[in-house]
Amino acid sequence: MNIEPIIFYFFSTILVLAAAMVVLVRNPVHSVLFLVLAFFTSSAIWILLEAEFLAIVLVLVYVGAVMVLFLFVVMMLDINVIPLRQGFMRYLPAGALVATVILIEMVLVVGPKHFGVDSVALPVRHAADYSNTKELGSILYTIYVYPFEIAAVILLVAIVAAIALTMRKRPQTKYQNPAQQVLVKRSERVRMVKMKSEKKIPRGDV
Amino acid sequence: MIALSDFLVLGAILFCISMAGIFLNRKNIIIILMSIELMLLAVNMNFVAFSHYLNDTAGQIFVFFILTVAAAEAAIGLAILVLVFRNRRTINVSNMDALKG
Repeated sequence: MNIEPIIFYFFSTILVLAAAMVVLVRNPVHSVLFLVLAFFTSSAIWILLEAEFLAIVLVLVYVGAVMVLFLFVVMMLDINVIPLRQGFMRYLPAGALVATVILIEMVLVVGPKHFGVDSVALPVRHAADYSNTKELGSILYTIYVYPFEIAAVILLVAIVAAIALTMRKRPQTKYQNPAQQVLVKRSERVRMVKMKSEKKIPRGDV
Repeated sequence: MIALSDFLVLGAILFCISMAGIFLNRKNIIIILMSIELMLLAVNMNFVAFSHYLNDTAGQIFVFFILTVAAAEAAIGLAILVLVFRNRRTINVSNMDALKG
């Protein structure tokens, strides 16, 4: 009894249903939550494919950061869903038809005829102590180090762009001017005061 | 045993669902962004499957970079979405015709 097909078909059924719910449900918050479910199940399928590092990255980075960002934005904006749903039923037949035709064409290309068991050899399972992370890291930091640095710059640009787009100056907000802070002189801050020394009050008078 | 074609067909199904999602929810920019994320997931599924079956780690490296670019794209897309909502009070795609001649 082989358990791998059971795991695969179980998780891929959940994945396809979750993906369908993402595009079909009315509420955008539910849609984001179904997308989270889709990412979780696909990470399980990736573990089945021995891509453990990417599966964990998908959960940590994608579900933990990107999907939470989506959820945050969807909940922050007060969206009126009803006008956005207009034309849903009108486009449903055409959209379903086009998607089905494209799916049939894709399956004809990537289906069992060309990529089946007899065409592509089944992979050899790695040993239990095989480290996918170590393997990925050893080529990521040698062969692919230049693309890796470009990816880092892309993330930096994304940070700067996101902040620059959404930051707004309000008139009542107070800002610091670092240049003025650095250029300040002692005479502008410290004032020397001359005064007489006070007399000592004898004990018992108070 | 599971053949490579099963994973490829799964990726194709995911891709077609998300493409249908763009057709159906063509007014809601949030669903469109999420459909794009699903499309990238389908592509990543193909990469990981090929990487496993052809025993080549380069496919997984490529998935790594796709995830990076997708995260950047989601961040900038949501920033633009917040900006559009702040200015127009709606995220309806059909209202975004300010540049129309």
